[in-house]
Amino acid sequence: MLRTKTSKLLVAVAAIGAVTMFGTDLRSETIKIGASAPKTGPLAGGAAITQWPNIKLWVHDVNSRGGIKLKSGRAKVELIEYDDRTNPGEAIKNINRLATQDKVDFILAPYGTGFNIATAPIFNKLGYPQLAVSAITDKIPALTKRYSNIFFMLGSTTTFTNSVINILKDMRSAGKIGKRVAMVNVADAFGIELAATARPAFKQAGFEIVYDKSYPLGAKDLSPVIKGAKASNPDAFVAWSYPPDTFGLTAQAKINKLNVKAYYTAVATAFPQFKGKFKGAAEGILGAGGINPDTAEMQAYFKRHKEVTGKPADFWASAVTYASFQILEQAIEGVGSKDRKAVTDYIKNNEFKTVIGPVKYDNQNSNRYWTVGQWQGGKFYGVSSEGRPGAKPVIDKPNW
Amino acid sequence: MDIIVGGILLGGTYALIAMGLQLQYGVARIMNLANGEVLIAGSFAALWLFTGAQLSPILSIIIVAPLGYVINWLIYRYLLQPLVKRSKTQGHLEVDSILSTFGLSFIFIGLMHAIFGGEYFNYEYLEIPYEIFNEPYGLNRIAAFLGAAVLAAGLYFWLNKTRSGLKLRAVSVNPRSSNLVGINVDSASALAFSLGGAVTAAGGALISMFMTFDASIGVLFTMKALIIVILGGVKEIKGAIVAAFILGLAETAVASLIDPGLTLAAAFLLFILVLLFRPQGLFGNQAS
Repeated sequence: MLRTKTSKLLVAVAAIGAVTMFGTDLRSETIKIGASAPKTGPLAGGAAITQWPNIKLWVHDVNSRGGIKLKSGRAKVELIEYDDRTNPGEAIKNINRLATQDKVDFILAPYGTGFNIATAPIFNKLGYPQLAVSAITDKIPALTKRYSNIFFMLGSTTTFTNSVINILKDMRSAGKIGKRVAMVNVADAFGIELAATARPAFKQAGFEIVYDKSYPLGAKDLSPVIKGAKASNPDAFVAWSYPPDTFGLTAQAKINKLNVKAYYTAVATAFPQFKGKFKGAAEGILGAGGINPDTAEMQAYFKRHKEVTGKPADFWASAVTYASFQILEQAIEGVGSKDRKAVTDYIKNNEFKTVIGPVKYDNQNSNRYWTVGQWQGGKFYGVSSEGRPGAKPVIDKPNW
Repeated sequence: MDIIVGGILLGGTYALIAMGLQLQYGVARIMNLANGEVLIAGSFAALWLFTGAQLSPILSIIIVAPLGYVINWLIYRYLLQPLVKRSKTQGHLEVDSILSTFGLSFIFIGLMHAIFGGEYFNYEYLEIPYEIFNEPYGLNRIAAFLGAAVLAAGLYFWLNKTRSGLKLRAVSVNPRSSNLVGINVDSASALAFSLGGAVTAAGGALISMFMTFDASIGVLFTMKALIIVILGGVKEIKGAIVAAFILGLAETAVASLIDPGLTLAAAFLLFILVLLFRPQGLFGNQAS
């Protein structure tokens, strides 16, 4: 045991020595990839589940294959990562530094809607393709028109809210719920935009919003929110929530026995931690995202994610994040060089085979994605999608 | 009724967040900006003991609090005492301690990030409804409130009824004169700082029962603690406790009667009003 450890250590020391001694003069080429995302600050928790493990997994996968295939031979990936401290200014600085000082060949898109929008101009100015994943906005057409190098994969605010409303509409037509909806949102750009889009859409669909309140990000006590929602006697509960409050609201809903047939919380419902905390009580809860976890590619991906990173993948953006890296890899291989302009064009004009199925960008936006998922039998299945097959039928949420 | 019970429960949480900082700032005169990180470290310790050894978070205080005491004593002795020794005025010490504990908070975040990783953590313990006046409340929040009450009562009586507590209060009022009457100000300050750290870590263990937390969330708690300590007047533990409950009641009332989105606004309004009309805090003395 000790001996194997020592020999491993020796190999590691030798490897480090070799790298530092020969640097990039080593005959095999490397490809430098930069990454900037939060490791600290309010969004760090989400990035630690969705973003960072997938970067690690992808670099591991690529390098264990021997690297990315270029015309000049295989190039191993060398990763340079920075913490943006959940601060847009810092994110912009990081991207600039990766491009100008570290001189990386490609940069992975940052985490979060605001961060992708904030860094779009600098990505564009420096000429790097930006394959945004964790970004949901109605500004996609405007952004893709202005920046020829940005790509989106997770849909717009309107499709996001409409798919929730459509599910409720179907449940109402089936006579399962009435028209009373309680809606709450986190008072942050994400929650405010979703609530503002959902408000008229609910009315148009014939729903009555009987409770409509926001709460601050990081609220310590969400019981007044749930008590208020319960007092309004709703048929459905919808929360445009962020991770800590998704957990807090659901814990309070359980304690206060807020029994509705349709219960929806947004980000983090698809996290494995959600099932870890609520166990059987998660059954029937609707949330943002979803996937089809039963395909062979997905099962293999989940297994590898757990083995390499030691953590389970989430049931939404994890796989999409990984897919975006696969697209970048396949585009670089398709071009056969590190020519960023050619790679960007290649991404625009080709279809890619990824863990989430085939992806093809249409006007720099992928139109095939999952919008709503539901916990059914311990897995979070997609129940509503745009152009992805395998959606499960929605079930009624049992009482707490 | 609902508002009063909910407000008192939230006040208990706030008292857990702020009592430790009050001791550290009131007596040792260290404005500890790493307070929230110490709290989260307590939460992580409770989580680790609960998931690893099935130890109840309430019982874990037996381990977490002494550990918090030792670590904070070491911090005070080796990192902060040199600053205390060289500072000529209280203002000087405050600036130095703010800067150094701000740095310390990053060390804490980095350590917790390296050990536990950056994702969100929570667990389920006593998350069962318990009815008070026909309204359900989470049993874990009630347990945390009771823990806060026991800690607050213990600290209050110790400070007010015992000789060692009296020493601390004397240092709090005037360190220089305390020295003249034979009180070892250095050891009293070290005691207050370490005890404050232990209380904060114990609070973190209790709060972790119903909070979702991650390695870098501590600053939110530091902010709340600062508001409460300044609201209460920095000299008195009583002030911090009363201020915690006032803040809890005010936030719950605003959330239930007006809008949950305005709770932060209510907290800061209260803060501004106190600063305007009683800048020394609710329980502060005019003279200081």
